[in-house]
Amino acid sequence: MSEGISQPDQPEPHPGEGKDLFSKFDSLIGQRQALLDSGLEDPFNLVMEKVLSPTRAICNGRETILLGTYNYMGMTFDPEVVAAGQKALADFGSGTTGSRVLNGTYQGHRECEDALREFYGMDHAMVFSTGYQANLGIISTIAGKGDYVVLDIDSHASIWDGCALGNAEIVPFKHNDMEAMEKRLRRIPEEAGKLVVLEGVYSMLGDIAPLKEMVAVAKKYGAMVLVDEAHSMGFIGENGRGVVETAGVIDDVDFIIGTFSKSVGTVGGFCVSNHPKFEIMRLVCRPYVFTASLPPSVVATAATSIRKLMHGSNKRAHLWENSRTLHAGLKELGFQLGTDTPESAIIAVIMPDLERGAAMWEALLKEGLYVNLARPPATPANMTLLRCSLCAEHSSEQVETILDMFERAGKATGIIG
Amino acid sequence: MDRAEVDSRIRSLIEPFNKKGVTITDDTTFAGDLEFDSLTVMDFVAAIEDEFDIIISMNQQAEIEKYGQLVDAVCKLADD
Repeated sequence: MSEGISQPDQPEPHPGEGKDLFSKFDSLIGQRQALLDSGLEDPFNLVMEKVLSPTRAICNGRETILLGTYNYMGMTFDPEVVAAGQKALADFGSGTTGSRVLNGTYQGHRECEDALREFYGMDHAMVFSTGYQANLGIISTIAGKGDYVVLDIDSHASIWDGCALGNAEIVPFKHNDMEAMEKRLRRIPEEAGKLVVLEGVYSMLGDIAPLKEMVAVAKKYGAMVLVDEAHSMGFIGENGRGVVETAGVIDDVDFIIGTFSKSVGTVGGFCVSNHPKFEIMRLVCRPYVFTASLPPSVVATAATSIRKLMHGSNKRAHLWENSRTLHAGLKELGFQLGTDTPESAIIAVIMPDLERGAAMWEALLKEGLYVNLARPPATPANMTLLRCSLCAEHSSEQVETILDMFERAGKATGIIG
Repeated sequence: MDRAEVDSRIRSLIEPFNKKGVTITDDTTFAGDLEFDSLTVMDFVAAIEDEFDIIISMNQQAEIEKYGQLVDAVCKLADD
């Protein structure tokens, strides 16, 4: 065959032709297409047609047990919470159409901040429109030019984006490595402002930070400490205040960041603090000022839920029981897990690679179980994870059913023998 | 500390990270030539920071693309 046939006469392509600003996403588009071409259901395009309870929904036409929703305390269908939202919707309307510092602070926003102050026993509480914005706003505003932010390399995207939005020097350290953190603090000029950012529970593997020791080291070097307790609020600690409570350091940390979109069961974010000048944040924190406040129904549901979570010790005990049963059962079946023992309500099942992870995810969905498929770059060490988050409303029978589903799907996909 | 000494100390630190045995010059790039991903960068930076007892913040790392720039930056930081 002549070479002329495979190289037809055609104009020379101009460099850059067919390229635009989207070209940088080509490899990701290709990877995603390859996954879909293999016939798998799209793990990132699931639709819940009907939500039956905090633990059950109709997903892609099938009745499904929910094991990947962060709805730890199952507050989304609590009758008092729903009623509070309905009343606020009727009394105050569907939205505030305004910033917290202009026309967007209603009675409900104040009541929600009061509930948070009581929940944490702190002097100040500031409610943001999302948890993402709480980290974005607080970190970028308090750490300015010439200051240093020292943070765990596995920090959530909202923490990294808060760093990127501000002008401070950013110094990461190896995950949960106290010695690496101390070395960096020691090398920072003594007179520079320092903020150490930690998380109570790291959401990818479900492991917790050694806060008692880390907060002590941070304080030794004169750093302020911010702890994100998004995945522990309502569940960890005697009063559900988070890992800071279990570790006995709640009075030593300067800021706790949290969210309403997990245990609280709605949407929104917050920061609580005892700092005497904290209220100035309301005027200088741009992600707080330049966005509309939460709708009245949302703050009403949040405030009601937060107050109920103060008295949720029975639910907390049952959630721990669920976490222990699932962790032990999965380990027994031969799955590789993110932590040796259950440290939170998140149990991460480590998959050998993205292809087999996606196949296992689909096999579970067909069994009637929804978990999160987590993949790089969201995951540490480029792992593919099936992340399970338990709910206090999962019954013990449901947890047994979940384990049976994992066994069948794991064997069908060859993840376990 | 003179540049030659910094250069030789960084050269020995980079060895375990230089999996393909790329010949290193001042113009060698970390992302392109050495194919460092973000995890490798973290471990490599930590090794240099410990060796010279300095901090190379992410803001400073963003300015360093080539080996020679790293040696210059470490010389400056170690002198401060």
